[in-house]
Amino acid sequence: MKLNITSLVEIRSLRTLAKCSAFVVFVSMASILFAANQDVPPTQATMKGSIRIDGSSTVYPITEAVAEEFSKVAPKVNVTVGISGTGGGFKRFCAGETAISDASRPITPSEVALAATNKIEFIEIPIAYDALAIVANPKNDWAKSITIAQLKQIYSAGGPKKWKDIDPTWPDRTMKIYSPGTDSGTFDYFKEAVIGKEGKVRSDISVSEDDNVLVLGVSGDQDAIGFFGLAYFEENKDKLRAVPVIGAAGSPVAPQASTVNDATYPLSRPLFIYVNSKSASKAEVVAFIDFYLDKADDLVSEVGYVMLPADILAKSNANWKARRLGTQFVKDDKKVDGSFSTIYK
Amino acid sequence: MKTGRPIAQSRRMLSNRLMLVACLGATTIAVLVLSALLITIAIEGTGALSWSFLTSFASRKPAQAGILAPLMGSVWVCAICAVVAIPVGIGTAIYLEEYARRSRLKSLIQLNISNLSGVPSIVYGILALVAFVRFFGIRSADDPWTFGNAESIFYLQIPFGPSVIAGGLTLALVVLPIMIIASQEALRAVPQSLRQAALALGSTQWQVVWHVTLPAALPTIMTGAILSMSRAIGEAAPLLVIGGFLLVFQTPTNLMSDFTVLPLQIYNWAGRPQTDFHQIAAAAIIVQLIVLLAFNSIAIIIRQKLQRPLQS
Repeated sequence: MKLNITSLVEIRSLRTLAKCSAFVVFVSMASILFAANQDVPPTQATMKGSIRIDGSSTVYPITEAVAEEFSKVAPKVNVTVGISGTGGGFKRFCAGETAISDASRPITPSEVALAATNKIEFIEIPIAYDALAIVANPKNDWAKSITIAQLKQIYSAGGPKKWKDIDPTWPDRTMKIYSPGTDSGTFDYFKEAVIGKEGKVRSDISVSEDDNVLVLGVSGDQDAIGFFGLAYFEENKDKLRAVPVIGAAGSPVAPQASTVNDATYPLSRPLFIYVNSKSASKAEVVAFIDFYLDKADDLVSEVGYVMLPADILAKSNANWKARRLGTQFVKDDKKVDGSFSTIYK
Repeated sequence: MKTGRPIAQSRRMLSNRLMLVACLGATTIAVLVLSALLITIAIEGTGALSWSFLTSFASRKPAQAGILAPLMGSVWVCAICAVVAIPVGIGTAIYLEEYARRSRLKSLIQLNISNLSGVPSIVYGILALVAFVRFFGIRSADDPWTFGNAESIFYLQIPFGPSVIAGGLTLALVVLPIMIIASQEALRAVPQSLRQAALALGSTQWQVVWHVTLPAALPTIMTGAILSMSRAIGEAAPLLVIGGFLLVFQTPTNLMSDFTVLPLQIYNWAGRPQTDFHQIAAAAIIVQLIVLLAFNSIAIIIRQKLQRPLQS
């Protein structure tokens, strides 16, 4: 019986491997212990550091665009962006894990309390509006205005098929319903604002991830109805008609910058970024936020959102310049009532 | 009586045929599904594959987007995972197979390892979030203990935060049970007579393991390592839980660097509304498959080199 399962080569290679790894471990420990802790003086172009951002997937496209442009100006600053959602983002932000949090709603009293227990202070900066336009064919002369309840009826699972089922004065014609894809932030917001968290969207509708297909569909069919971001409607005003939505005051409100700004248009919401005040003392974060506010105008409309009006944008800038801490939406542990624009005056 | 045997015979033959058809059918279904998947990905993705796709960072414009950051992130995270999971896995297997005596404790450990291999990876993500990313909250994340210069390769901070080392350790946790079980199977397959022969010659337990058992089992252990690493490179869920980012504009420079990995990037792009992003997601899947094949072929080459027939 002859045993020949190990050759000398293998044993040697295993030994060398063990020696090499021991050496690597030793060297790394030594370098950790002896490397000096140096501070690098920051200069605009050669600025270094990292900025961690997380939060809303709705705000993500804006932050993504800003981060991409910023990385061209300051290539050595490592900007990282995640999409844990507004709530998930705040959880990390209030634990001090991220420098900036994207949010599609103001911070809540409980999140403020969490930040306080972790000794995290923050600066609140509104950056844009997210608004939906309800669109119909220009030849549709019956739907002069629409209520949120009617929209819910139209888009909910098991909803009626004909226009007259929504309003008896409307014609006896079959509706053609269009919607952006269920993956989009636009859809998420519509579902939340119109149908509610528990409700289900009907399945017998035309869904397209491409807004252009929705425009073509609605503009080519008298009986069509659909919705998408207000910025996209503005670009296609000549082919479509925006249906005014009945607001809180009970009168129809057309979607436009002014009605979004004064919060009378019901299908709009402000978007924010929150900056950790400790991070705000770092040169790279300062440069990033300055860049953000500077470029917000162009990039916000490029990615399909509505720009803030000049006075609120000025207030945003002032908040940041003065490093004003805290939120305008929570006072004495309670949510402040009132619309965004009245709070942000 | 005369017709009895042929009927039994033909029944046997019939069941033989049926079994063949059933197994062939099963194989065909698997192959069809796989090839359908690969073909659709190839059709959608090859157009977007280019050198600049591999060497540029993500972008909001699909035409300019690339996968440099996730590609390097995957390489770093998987390398860390391999460095941790393979030695620890083999070590555990050696202890359980070669040293540990039959006892309640051993069977308890064994049972737990078998169970852990079936735990959803997202659970490991939650564990890793607390243990590696936050270090059980002993120190605030915005004011960590730091060791060394932030620019050096050996920079270290505690807690780790959502860094490549946290990611690598998370994946190591995920694949460790698979690694242990595979190594155990490999060691178990080594004939007992080999160990006895070595012991009879006066070897210590350690000499038996190092010179006889381990070399004989190594090819099979490498197969286990291949399977583990293939699992690690495809994981997205636990890394999402520990706070892996989706948009990164730098490749990792040290263990504390923020990172993203290919599965996260694919997840991000595939979920975008625009179809152009779906194409680059498909291209990223192709790259991921190539990286996976490269990993596997390295392991296969090592296995071939090490494999020597047992002569008797």
